[in-house]
Amino acid sequence: MEGLPILSLMMLVPLAGAAACLFSGGNAARWIALGATLVTFVLGVVLWSNYQIGGPQWQFTERADLFAGFSYALGIDGIALMLIVLSVFLMPVCILASWESVQKRVGEYMAAFLFMEVLMIGTFAAQDLFLFYVFFEAGLIPMYLIIGVWGGDNRIYASYKFFLYTLLGSVLMLIAMFWMVAEAGTSDIPTLMQYSFPPGAQTWLWLAFFASFAVKVPMWPLHTWLPDAHVQAPTAGSVILAGVLLKLGGYGFIRFSLPMFPEASAQFAWLVFTLSMIAVVYTSLVALVQADMKKLIAYSSVAHMAIVTVGLFAFNVQGLEGAMIVMLSHGLVSGALFLCVGVLYDRLHTREIARYGGLAINMPYYALFFLLFTMASIGLPGTSGFVGEFLSLAGIYQTSSLVALICTTGIILGAAYMLYLYRRVAFGGQVNEDAAAMRDISAREWVMMAPIAAAVLWMGVYPESFLAPMRADIAVLDARLAAAAPASDAALAAGAPRAEAANAMPEHSSAKEGAH
Amino acid sequence: MDFAHSFALVLPELLLSFTGLVLLLAAAWGGDKAARQVAIAAAAGLFVAGFLLVPGLHFGTDGPATLAFGGLLKIDSFALFAKALIYLSAIAALMVAPAFFNSAAAGVERGMRAEYPVLILFAAVGMSIMVSANDFMSLYLGLELNSLSAYVLAAILRRDTRSGEAGLKYFVLGALASGILLYGMSLLYGFTGGTGFTAVRAGLTGEMGLGALFGVIFVLSGLAFKVSAVPFHMWTPDVYEGAPTPVTAFFATAPKVAAVALTARVVFEVFGAQVPAWQQIVMFTALASIIFGALGAIGQENLKRLLAYSSINNIGFILLGLAVANADGASAMLVYLFIYVAMSIGSFTALLMLRDDDGALFETFADIRGLSVTRPAIAWALLVFMFSLAGIPPLLGFYGKFVVFQATVEAGLVAFGAIAIAASVIGAFYYIKFVKVMFFDAPSGVVTGKSGAAHWSLLGLTALIISPLGYLLTPSLTDLADKAAASLFLAV
Repeated sequence: MEGLPILSLMMLVPLAGAAACLFSGGNAARWIALGATLVTFVLGVVLWSNYQIGGPQWQFTERADLFAGFSYALGIDGIALMLIVLSVFLMPVCILASWESVQKRVGEYMAAFLFMEVLMIGTFAAQDLFLFYVFFEAGLIPMYLIIGVWGGDNRIYASYKFFLYTLLGSVLMLIAMFWMVAEAGTSDIPTLMQYSFPPGAQTWLWLAFFASFAVKVPMWPLHTWLPDAHVQAPTAGSVILAGVLLKLGGYGFIRFSLPMFPEASAQFAWLVFTLSMIAVVYTSLVALVQADMKKLIAYSSVAHMAIVTVGLFAFNVQGLEGAMIVMLSHGLVSGALFLCVGVLYDRLHTREIARYGGLAINMPYYALFFLLFTMASIGLPGTSGFVGEFLSLAGIYQTSSLVALICTTGIILGAAYMLYLYRRVAFGGQVNEDAAAMRDISAREWVMMAPIAAAVLWMGVYPESFLAPMRADIAVLDARLAAAAPASDAALAAGAPRAEAANAMPEHSSAKEGAH
Repeated sequence: MDFAHSFALVLPELLLSFTGLVLLLAAAWGGDKAARQVAIAAAAGLFVAGFLLVPGLHFGTDGPATLAFGGLLKIDSFALFAKALIYLSAIAALMVAPAFFNSAAAGVERGMRAEYPVLILFAAVGMSIMVSANDFMSLYLGLELNSLSAYVLAAILRRDTRSGEAGLKYFVLGALASGILLYGMSLLYGFTGGTGFTAVRAGLTGEMGLGALFGVIFVLSGLAFKVSAVPFHMWTPDVYEGAPTPVTAFFATAPKVAAVALTARVVFEVFGAQVPAWQQIVMFTALASIIFGALGAIGQENLKRLLAYSSINNIGFILLGLAVANADGASAMLVYLFIYVAMSIGSFTALLMLRDDDGALFETFADIRGLSVTRPAIAWALLVFMFSLAGIPPLLGFYGKFVVFQATVEAGLVAFGAIAIAASVIGAFYYIKFVKVMFFDAPSGVVTGKSGAAHWSLLGLTALIISPLGYLLTPSLTDLADKAAASLFLAV
């Protein structure tokens, strides 16, 4: 693979597909889009299999000085690798999910999705600060169109809100980037990750980056764009939003905020903790009372992403690894849950929970998949959700038992709202005739759901496959953060050992055994 | 004084003046039937004049060898850069005109008038003099030649009340601004004893008296009117809306370039020793233009009016580069200016293509509803221009904002840059309204007219420049802008 610019190739394939889709009619566009995303996925698998675990930190690097002011520099570490694999894995699923539900302006729709894929890969692979910004911000255009053209009834409001919210968040980051580049004299991300900015400046820089990433993640109270955007977006749009776009925020924290401003990150850790604790409890409670399935899952996303931010700012290896696994897992699970909603929406054109019921009777396979993803969302052992949440909470417990305590309620509340949702949709009597008449999932829907289900179980049973590529990078990050890590409240003082073990029973001697 | 040398330096202007005079005669004898040929000849003249600039642009010229007519004019890289942009904009204004004037869009006065290309030529000569002026006298000469041509251009549809109103408004307010400028110049002359830029500069060193400060402020106010910066922007929406659309396209590009270049030259070469005196003024004007340009645009229904506010908003970003007051800022400003011209030509060309079967133009949001279904090519091009104007990457408009804000932050004006960039989000609101109306709303289907090759090629070319491919231009563009900015600072 030496010399082959595989990252550029992975961006070029969907880009060419997007151009082809724009000029072709409905059915052709669908097949072109599916083909392009599958080729990109194969390239993603090639990328993963050629990634050397324990090799150099930055692999597959490419560099070309094409532009004035910044350079076209690509390269990935394990963290970026896993997120790229997640993106290219979800894309064919998205195309399949829109196969029948999108009937108007199919060419433009597919082009927007393929363009989105280019930008997502570019964001994760960019090694130049400004190149990152270009990819990061450019995603607004296709997403605005996807929500606005193919969205639900209130799509205009949602698209405006999404666009302006995220734009306002990121422009301040751009100013901070200019300052950093002027200070450090380079826009190379790996160099900047090792650069020590003056602590006074770090505070401002961190806040500017936080403004952008907190909106993207999204953190309470900046999350209000998310339920609107999710509910109004078409199914595949929601999958991409929840699956990948929210991860841009988490990726931003792990790539920029933490390594570049470790002191400021420690200083603001409690801000992040506080917002995350509120998010976990508050959005879970809000999710509990939703009547709209998509809105419920959207609020659950906010709660799950709060576990990510808590894990990231735990400043230890478990927390960071857990946050990454929660991100990957949430990408799969919430994407799959939106697909499940989409399956129902395609049949009955409503997302109102009360319109369904007893689906386990007439849609058993659907109910099975839905149950699996529900359990994964709750964090049942054996699914991906458990691994991530356990590691994250174990990580944060080392830093603050209070935060761990409050965030763990999120799992209980998560079980409450997810099981409540599942009970109302899949169990109980068949209250609505039209819902009872719905057919079970088709072959196309099997093809969408089965790979995600397999990945969820794989990540739950053997997370090592996903942790191994990231381990070295997280260790590097942890070493960089070690000096700045906030004091832990779980530091136990070693006392004098007891004379006997706690379970020793001196008055019972073995001689008495057998006496009765 | 070596006249041969001076004439060689002003060869493009000589060529344009000569072409203009000949074409004036041709127009007088040939009448309006010859209008098309006159326009083609004028465009050819502009093209040749532009071609004459290439060697100087490429190799860069500065120093005493660029002074012509005893220091009245200074044809350095900076002037060449501005002139190239002006000539290109003028060519575009000529290209889009015939289809407009020869259709129902021109109302009762159907048929292009032969004066139109001639006036554009004279305006271009005036602007050439403006950007190469090195003396307040030549500055005023160029400014008035340009302005008088522009007043007539705005009112060229004589029987159209909107056009006449635009011409009159432009004339009255323009004359007022010229008066303010002239008054400022006279104050500066009185306090420094010269009209040449070097002489005034020499007189403005050290502690500046109140009279001289008033001179500076009056000159800047006059110039702010010409670039339509807040608080001297009020004429812009009315004139842009009333003037015939090809003329509006011209107003939004060439005179803006000339006025911005002139302002840059005046503040750096004349007031270069008094940076604190004018920097605050420019900073205020820049911020006010960004904010009021954006706020004013929000309620607009008329697309031309909206683009007028958009140009005020963009002037704010250009002035941001000026407010930085160093060579990086000036270079960033020129890069932005180039991108702004491309975006403006593109969006006005797209507006000119919104026609019905008779060629009458549509200019409100209601008319472009669902344009992406009925006329996808125009809609996608407009989408590119609007997102680019909003500064969303990966379109080239982002690069303009990128260089300007980079210069701002590198010069240490971080808070200033942060406020300005946050205000730019307000502007995004109405730019995405364009996209919303064209892509999200149900089609109104009124835009049915076909457009000619001139429009399509101009639209395609500008869209290509603004598309991400335009980033490949940035190394050479930055190089040219750096040379131009460096020549501006040589005297300092």
